[in-house]
Amino acid sequence: MKFAVIVFPGSNCDLDMYHAIKDELGEEAEYVWHDTQDLSGYDGILLPGGFSYGDYLRAGAIARFSGVMDEVRKAAEAGKPVLGICNGFQILTEAGLLPGMLMRNKDLKFTCRTVSLKVENAHTLFTNEYKEGEEIRIPVAHGEGNYYCDDATYQHLKDNNQIVFTYAEDFNGSRNNIAGIINDRGNVLGMMPHPERAVSDLIGGTDGLPLFRSIVKQWRESHVSHA
Amino acid sequence: MKKVKVYVTLRESVLDPQGSAVMGSLHKMGYDEVQDVRIGKYLELVIGDSERDVDALVDELCNRMLANTVIEDYRYEIEEVVSQ
Repeated sequence: MKFAVIVFPGSNCDLDMYHAIKDELGEEAEYVWHDTQDLSGYDGILLPGGFSYGDYLRAGAIARFSGVMDEVRKAAEAGKPVLGICNGFQILTEAGLLPGMLMRNKDLKFTCRTVSLKVENAHTLFTNEYKEGEEIRIPVAHGEGNYYCDDATYQHLKDNNQIVFTYAEDFNGSRNNIAGIINDRGNVLGMMPHPERAVSDLIGGTDGLPLFRSIVKQWRESHVSHA
Repeated sequence: MKKVKVYVTLRESVLDPQGSAVMGSLHKMGYDEVQDVRIGKYLELVIGDSERDVDALVDELCNRMLANTVIEDYRYEIEEVVSQ
C-alpha cells in the first residue's frame, strides 16, 4: 500500500509519519509537497502534524487553500483513507472535510505528554485492529486541540458513531473529551493525538501501530476481493 | 481604492480562555469594574478599484478565510481612500 505524506511549509511530524509507514509497517510512503496537483497514484493520504504556515490567522486556515487540498478532497470523495493528525486534523476541519473546529486549549497551555485514549468505535477502517472500549496510550503535543462543535453537530457525530477516540481525562476542554472523529462516510479521520509517535518500544510504546495496521488490513482486504 | 477594517471575534456562546485570563489579571490589579474581556483579531485590507461590490467581496473573504464562522463572528468598516 502506498501512502502520500503531505508536506506543508511548517509541517514537523512528516518524518515521524514516514518512519512509521516505511520502517515500522514496511509499506510504501513518499513525501508529497503541498503544491502537488496529482495524488491519484497513492492509496492513502496522510496529513502530518506541525505548524503549517506558522499557524497564522488560525491553525490550518492557510494550508487548507494549498494546491494539494483539491486533490485531498478528491481522494476523500473517492473513498481513499485520509488521516489528519494534529495540525492535519486542524487543516481537515478548516477545509470542511470534517465538522467542528479546534480551539485554543482551555488552560492556554501547550500540552506535550502521553495520555490515555478510549477507542469509542473499533469498526472503522482506522481502528479495526483495536478492541472497542480499549484504553490506549498515545502522546499529545498541541496548544489548540480543544474540539468544538455545536449541539446539532455533536448529536450527529454521536448518532452516527463518528466519535472514534476520546480522552480518558479532560485536559484541553474538548467537547465530551473528543480526541478524534471520522466523516460520515468513514474514510476521513482527524485526531489530535500522535499515533505515529507510538510505533516502537524504543520511543515509549506501540499503541499507535494498530491504527496504521488497520488501514493497511482494510486496504488489502478490499483489493483482494476486487481482484 | 478602499480601506477595509475587519474585526474577528469569538462568538458570544464560545468561551474565550485568553479573555478570561486577562480579566482575571485585571481583577487582581484591582480593576473590579471590568466585567468581561473578549480577545479578537483586527485586519486591515486595502482593496483596489474593481467592478465587484465591495461588501460582497469582503463577506466572501471573511467567510472563506478570514473568519471561521463555526466559532467566530466578523464585522467590518469600509473607508474611501482618496489618492493624492
